[in-house]
Amino acid sequence: MIRSSKSWQAVAVAAVAGLVLTACGTTEDGGGDASGSGGGDGAACDVTIAFFGPETGPAAGLGAPIIQGAQLALDEYNADAECQIEMLKFDSQGSPDEAPALATEAAGDEALIGIVGPAFSGESAAAGPIFAEAGLPTISPSATNPTLADNGWDTFHRVLGNDATQGPAAATYISDTLSSKATFVIDDASEYGAGLAQEVEGGLGDVVVGTDTIQAGDTDFSATAQRVTASKADTVFFGGYYAEATILVSQLKDAGFDGTFVAADGVKDPAFLDAGKDAEGSVLTCPCIPNTDPAVAEFASAYEEAFGEAAGTYAAEAYDAANVFLDGIAEGIDNREEMLEFVNNYDEAGVTKQVSFDEKGEPSEVHVYSYKVEGGEIVPEGEIS
Amino acid sequence: MDFDFFFNNLPQLTITGLAFGAIYALIALGYTMVYGVLQLINFAHSEVFMYGTFATLWTVWALTGSGGASGMQLVGILLLALVMSMLTSALVALLLERVAYRPLIKRNAPRLIALISAIGASFVLAELMGLRDRVTGWFGLDDTLDRYVSGARINASMSGVVNMPNVDIFGIPVKTVDLLVIGAALLMMVVVDQFVRRSKLGRGIRATAQDQETAALMGVNPTRTIQMTFLIGGLMAGVAAFLYMLKIEVTKFDVGFLLGVKAFAAAVLGGIGNLRGALLGGLLLGVAENWGAALIGTEWRHVVAFVLLVVILLFRPTGLLGESLGKARA
Repeated sequence: MIRSSKSWQAVAVAAVAGLVLTACGTTEDGGGDASGSGGGDGAACDVTIAFFGPETGPAAGLGAPIIQGAQLALDEYNADAECQIEMLKFDSQGSPDEAPALATEAAGDEALIGIVGPAFSGESAAAGPIFAEAGLPTISPSATNPTLADNGWDTFHRVLGNDATQGPAAATYISDTLSSKATFVIDDASEYGAGLAQEVEGGLGDVVVGTDTIQAGDTDFSATAQRVTASKADTVFFGGYYAEATILVSQLKDAGFDGTFVAADGVKDPAFLDAGKDAEGSVLTCPCIPNTDPAVAEFASAYEEAFGEAAGTYAAEAYDAANVFLDGIAEGIDNREEMLEFVNNYDEAGVTKQVSFDEKGEPSEVHVYSYKVEGGEIVPEGEIS
Repeated sequence: MDFDFFFNNLPQLTITGLAFGAIYALIALGYTMVYGVLQLINFAHSEVFMYGTFATLWTVWALTGSGGASGMQLVGILLLALVMSMLTSALVALLLERVAYRPLIKRNAPRLIALISAIGASFVLAELMGLRDRVTGWFGLDDTLDRYVSGARINASMSGVVNMPNVDIFGIPVKTVDLLVIGAALLMMVVVDQFVRRSKLGRGIRATAQDQETAALMGVNPTRTIQMTFLIGGLMAGVAAFLYMLKIEVTKFDVGFLLGVKAFAAAVLGGIGNLRGALLGGLLLGVAENWGAALIGTEWRHVVAFVLLVVILLFRPTGLLGESLGKARA
């Protein structure tokens, strides 16, 4: 027992040392370059912005374009700025469990005056109260749960439409573009999926010939597939994520469903293409602007030049979010209170849209786009109107 | 309650239910045999199955290449995938027996300790698969093996490799793959049942299940017999994994958990320790689930499965066929 208790002590010491080191790392970054204080053209110095979201972990693939989009905005700013602004990264791995501790750490860093993120709805809900308490303004480029804006956090903003706007857009697409006579609506019982499915059902009305709910993590959907074929539906809408969508679309096609499979941004991931030819022709809606859109052409080519790859989902949104903060810093804002006011009154043209926020932090302008799976790729079709 | 839909589609619902139930049954065999011999619930058996799904997937990936395969070539690849899956699962099962059980059994540890050891082994095996990108990264192999190890925590898929047409039986469209799964599972069950009933090794297994010490006195090597039990369970889990991949086409490091729980429920339903019980329990569970999902809604399928289990155990506490492995007569 004595030997083992010693090793426990060693573990404890190592853990404490780790905590201390992490804390040091952040404050050092926050210090920045002090020499340019009170910079020449009135821009603020000694301040930082930060990314909050998954940099590593299972959802790292969704975080990377966001980090790089914000980084591009920062690099462009730093190119002609007197003093260099730094971007910290709070790596939540996209997990609501990690978010509160990281948010507290961010709140304690006085030099940090704006956060691009949190990336996901779950972590936004967990970290939101802490940012609100600290008066630290956040602009999410990707969190779409509608209820996030209803918590009364005056620091919360996002630059894209929430699921309550995406649902009706998907319904419009199904009734106008696909001219569906019979639509079957499936959801995965998650907050995101069930909410979306409800919006679509409401938007379609009598066209809905049946509904079913599956469980996330399940792999056998034969009863659901049978239900869909029996209902003679020409369209299926699925509210949920790509993990189940990939299996569901295969089993639907196997069961003889030959209509159109429609899903939302939770399915707009290259992993959905695993379904191979069963995924062909599927339609995905997303409030994210396609990088082929003329409005983002300049951004897209700059992004490709900087990172050697095409701008991914939500990169342009992250670029816009970071630019809001950077514009404030350029005007000489160096504290959270003024930054929050600046963000609330912001009204400038971004690459994705005219960026301004209503009193709840929602964008005042919302666009939803449709994408189609064609030739093993997710190809943008255009805006749904 | 959606009776219209249920009665109009009863044959299809039954067949798809039987197909999934057949997979449950093959996995349940592993639980039931180990329990029969050792009175031990091998909770890590779900991971034995999971490794089989990956063996199938990787064999298919490695051999089909980018162009895909068809005809006899595809049949060959699939047969090889089946063999690889059975070998991998059997190997994992034997490894489990060697590392997680034999040391405990040797020291006459209480059954509860072996159960905890099983749960621990289950986590280790699942996480090893879920962290395979990191593990191969330590050896600098993650770039060479990129396709096999990247996306370690998300679904890996062999969709589109096997396309089997639907056939009409008495005017009802049925998926060929479902028939294949049911047929193959039944065949394997018969083979194992006959092996345990008729062969010398099977007699050893039955004897050890009845009374390990007496069997040892009669010249049955208990260690060898226990190994044999794990081996058969592993081989069957490998077949189940192959059939699962044919039907579902997608796997993931934690795919074993839910299937393991269901298969264990199937084993208990049929009477744990009873080979034919595992088959009956698996098929019954699969069909009941699918019927329940059709009648009430798919979100209820797990509820239906476990309510059925509780109700049957209330009336038949030892399960439907309720006799032990040892009592099976030659």
